[in-house]
Amino acid sequence: MRPSSVVLRVVTGGYLILFFIYLLMPLVFMSLVAFNSSTVPQVSPWQGFTLKWFGVLLADNQMWGSLINSFIVAFFVVIISVPIGLSASLLLTRLQFKYRDGLYAVLVSPLLLPGIIIGISTFLFWDRAFQLSGGLFTTIMAQASFISGYSMLLIMARSQRFDRIQEDAAFDLGATHWQVFYKITLPFLSPALISAAALAFMQSFDNYNTTLFAIGFEQTLPIYIGSKLRSFISPAMNALSFIFILFTLTGAVIYETLRRRELRNNSR
Amino acid sequence: MCLLASIIPGFLRVEDTDMHKLIPNLSKNFGIAGSLIITGSIAFWLFGMIILPQLIMIDFSFRPFLPLNKIGGPDDIYTLKNYIVLFTNEFHRAIFIKTIWSSVLVTITALIVCYPIAFYLAKVARGTRFSLILIGLVIPYWINELLRIFAWQLILADTGVLNQLLLAMNVASDPINFRAGNGAVLLGMVYAYILFMVFPLYNAMESLDRNQIDAAHDLGASRFQIHKRIVIPHCKPGIAVGCIMTFMLAAGSIAAPQLLGSPSSFWFSQIIYTNFECANWNQGAAYAMVLTVLCLAFIFAMLKIFKVNLKEIAK
Repeated sequence: MRPSSVVLRVVTGGYLILFFIYLLMPLVFMSLVAFNSSTVPQVSPWQGFTLKWFGVLLADNQMWGSLINSFIVAFFVVIISVPIGLSASLLLTRLQFKYRDGLYAVLVSPLLLPGIIIGISTFLFWDRAFQLSGGLFTTIMAQASFISGYSMLLIMARSQRFDRIQEDAAFDLGATHWQVFYKITLPFLSPALISAAALAFMQSFDNYNTTLFAIGFEQTLPIYIGSKLRSFISPAMNALSFIFILFTLTGAVIYETLRRRELRNNSR
Repeated sequence: MCLLASIIPGFLRVEDTDMHKLIPNLSKNFGIAGSLIITGSIAFWLFGMIILPQLIMIDFSFRPFLPLNKIGGPDDIYTLKNYIVLFTNEFHRAIFIKTIWSSVLVTITALIVCYPIAFYLAKVARGTRFSLILIGLVIPYWINELLRIFAWQLILADTGVLNQLLLAMNVASDPINFRAGNGAVLLGMVYAYILFMVFPLYNAMESLDRNQIDAAHDLGASRFQIHKRIVIPHCKPGIAVGCIMTFMLAAGSIAAPQLLGSPSSFWFSQIIYTNFECANWNQGAAYAMVLTVLCLAFIFAMLKIFKVNLKEIAK
């Protein structure tokens, strides 16, 4: 091995290690604090191991209320944005028309603008046009306006690989539009639809910027977290973070196991 | 967001349609009921969720802030007042300018930090190491943005980890107030938005043929030349998307300045938020418009600098 490539390996390895310390260290500290009995969220001085912050968190009715709201909002965002994304991707992948690129640009524009602008415009629109003030409904509308864009892009990526000869064959054999859609198009797109639904759910569940302006006096989980972190900070928030991290790690492990099993099965 | 860079232009079989043939062609493709559902849902999305809300916001921004009983009355006329405030109010103007350069700084920092990681992930890492890095990158992003930023609050606070460490090592004699300037906010933003830079870069680099790099290497190109002549030109769309996303997230960020900021590090989005808290929706709408125009200007600047077109980028 040439000396220069040894140097390169050391530099690359060092950079990777530093990068991941930067990325993951904050989460380690955050988790540690969840178990420190000090009432101020800090790692040191360590005042003894405790699980009481989890108890405090779980006893907080406001947290449960906001969690339920988050599920409601995410559910409706999925229900709205996946069909809209599907419709738009079918239209845009199959028909070429004069304003197609323009339409495309407008439909993806909410993804390229700050979330707070989507929240503000949706809030003002429903207030002005229908005298509906901010709440869960406006939040659903605001979130769906950009999450539909994600769904569209995800579904388009798959529908571009669709071989339409199958559909032509079915039409020739006398199938109706509905039958073709239900028996051929939908099964082909279903993996993309499932990932679109999962992504939409996660995007909605996590959303803070757009929701903050659209939600009025209601609370979703991120809004609850935001109000807690801005006022009196309690280690209960660290307990919540730890639960998030735990869920994430479990998800990652499950995903990786499934992926490896699939790889093994395919190689057989 | 990585999708934006990953979806390649060019469709399998697109039918060229004149506008007047659009409707017959729609029903040929999807049937009558199908066409109605498709056009209906797209129309609802396009008008009900994107265009009309935007127009209403523009309308609000050009109207004066009036008490409820005067709205619609003789005083309710279009005015530029809400926009002029940005120039006359020195505090707002200073924060606006600071938000711009700070967001540019966040974007450049994120690009520099992420470029090596994206390259390593796309062209060097294999097998287990590849999936480990991917998981390591994704895990922080499955955790709420607010909590991610909160983690830095714990590190940078007066009694935080960093100060404890510095005090223990006798580097500092008193806790340092890291949150005084903009530093903490910028650090938190780079941390919070790194993935939005890594994945567009990664997607663009992944499609680069490894043989091109090897060929350049065999012909005696240095590593610097390989990146300058081959990798960077190839991943221009990825760089543009990553920069657009990071800048947009930073300029419109509200969580990071709310949680990590001090009164001296006010952010433009916080002024907008304050406007809405004071029920001055008109002023808020005008500043939201300013932010929109800023982000659009940045998008077009990026497209120009990297010489990519919108079609290439948004797909």
